Amino acid sequence: METWSALAYLVAAVCFIMALRGLSSPVSARAGLRFGVVGMGVAVATTLALPGVQSFGPIVAAIALGGIIGAVVAIKIQMTALPQLVAAFHSLVGLAAVFVAAAAFTNPAAYGIGVPGAIVAGSLIEMSLGTAIGAVTFTGSIIAFAKLQGLVSGSPVVFKGQHPLNAVLGLLLLALIVTLVVTNASLAFVMIVLLSLLIGVLIIIPIGGADMPVVVSMLNSYSGWAACGIGFTLENNLLIITGSLVGSSGAILSYVMCKGMNRSFISVIQGGFGGESVAASGAAGDKTVKAGSAEDAAFILKNASSVIIIPGYGMAVAQAQHALKEMGDTLIKEGVQVRYAIHPVAGRMPGHMNVLLAEANVPYDDVVELDDINRDFAQTDVAFVIGANDITNPAAKTDPTSPIYGMPILDVERARTVLFIKRSLASGYAGIENELFFYDNTMMLFGDAKKMCEDIIKSLEG
Amino acid sequence: MEQTLPSAVDQLKQAVELLNHKVDLLYGQAAEMAAQHPGASQTFLVMGITVFVLAIFVGYYVVWHVTPALHSPLMSVTNAISSVIVVGALIAAGPAMFGLSKIFGLAAVVLASINIFGGFIVTQRMLAMFRKKK
Repeated sequence: METWSALAYLVAAVCFIMALRGLSSPVSARAGLRFGVVGMGVAVATTLALPGVQSFGPIVAAIALGGIIGAVVAIKIQMTALPQLVAAFHSLVGLAAVFVAAAAFTNPAAYGIGVPGAIVAGSLIEMSLGTAIGAVTFTGSIIAFAKLQGLVSGSPVVFKGQHPLNAVLGLLLLALIVTLVVTNASLAFVMIVLLSLLIGVLIIIPIGGADMPVVVSMLNSYSGWAACGIGFTLENNLLIITGSLVGSSGAILSYVMCKGMNRSFISVIQGGFGGESVAASGAAGDKTVKAGSAEDAAFILKNASSVIIIPGYGMAVAQAQHALKEMGDTLIKEGVQVRYAIHPVAGRMPGHMNVLLAEANVPYDDVVELDDINRDFAQTDVAFVIGANDITNPAAKTDPTSPIYGMPILDVERARTVLFIKRSLASGYAGIENELFFYDNTMMLFGDAKKMCEDIIKSLEG
Repeated sequence: MEQTLPSAVDQLKQAVELLNHKVDLLYGQAAEMAAQHPGASQTFLVMGITVFVLAIFVGYYVVWHVTPALHSPLMSVTNAISSVIVVGALIAAGPAMFGLSKIFGLAAVVLASINIFGGFIVTQRMLAMFRKKK
């Protein structure tokens, strides 16, 4: 690689680091994004100026085609559909990695790694790793997308011998990589792609809906490692640096999500969580639930001096964030202190609830993370749970036999009154009954989250 | 000490010959060493791994400071920048001659472009929504 292009790539890499750095606060985030755009511009311009790149017509057409599709999708997408959009985008990175590896395999001379049939062994290893990770990312993200979009059931698909099968396929993949390095055979390359596509499907199907934040972060990480593998093949530091940044970022997010559920990464990957309905420790029949109407809720909220709202995935499904914000504003006008408490794994991707509340114009100073707000519940009049369930279940603290025992939860039961919007008494995604429903200070508000918020607003104003 | 000119010239010639011999020897050794390290790719691997490990550390320290409220934008921006794989795609699509690798390259350019534009725009939309209290 020539000196000037290597230096220009370094500039792009630094821009990407600055882009991530900017996200440390909402104030600097937009400047960070600009760094990211500039970095990408420098990377593309530098590559186009390389002597080997001569056919500009088709390239410009390809960029324009992709750019228009991407822009239209990104502008039209609803914020509630963000997790599946991100999953879909991950799949594209994976597929692009496979294509680039295939291009390098069919025309290695363009990258200076040998001639067809006699590619440098080291490059072949790196190429197969990039291809395998890319293909796994591709199909894995498609399955995640289908689950999030509701095209297939979000519940885990488990079958007997699943883990041994995956292990055997993994070993087979290794054997194929060795074959490729030794023989340079195209068939081995094609087999690596096909097998990795299959593995991608198999590792995501056993993972249930509630674990999706981890899956989305994990696939984010994989797409980075795929870029990294390709970077080694092409001997390009920019790809290696950027791939590592993305890879470690996704890995950190996966870790944060796992910690939010008090589960190990391994146990999430093994899947099966939330499949079978766990038998409730006590029969639900002999416990009574206090149900209230929107008018009752409005009365309680109006007479409170402080309210903490706990949103969950149900709020996203019901698109209730705008109605919720309006309800909050009405309460603020009445002199009530209103804050929002966010659990790390609320929703279907990291930070999902924060984005939806931001969309509804909730100022970010009013949105508080679990660690910072949990102590305040004891001095709070009303905890208003909307579309969340497992993340408020006291069983995580009291019942060692519960599957979610040890998971950090929001201590909503310490509030004077808990208002809990829910369609029915059904259990959450983890399949566990929430004993909070039967507490004396809990009032259930049965109905659609959005409609309930609107009814409460009417009663407040009426 | 008496020394005639011819003998002095002889001595000089001998010394030059010795030097020539040493140069040949050194050249041979250098060639042998070069043969043991064929191509630049092996040296790149070591450099690449160095860069790789350091970049992971940079990523770790930078991302650890990202506020949890911005985890969604973080994910979409990392998704956009991982499309830097477009660099490899452009090189594949670059040659004037038409071939299989060029088709793969162009397809990858389309996919990566969807991601670049889509990822940055959706991040921009998200960040535009985060507001301070008025």
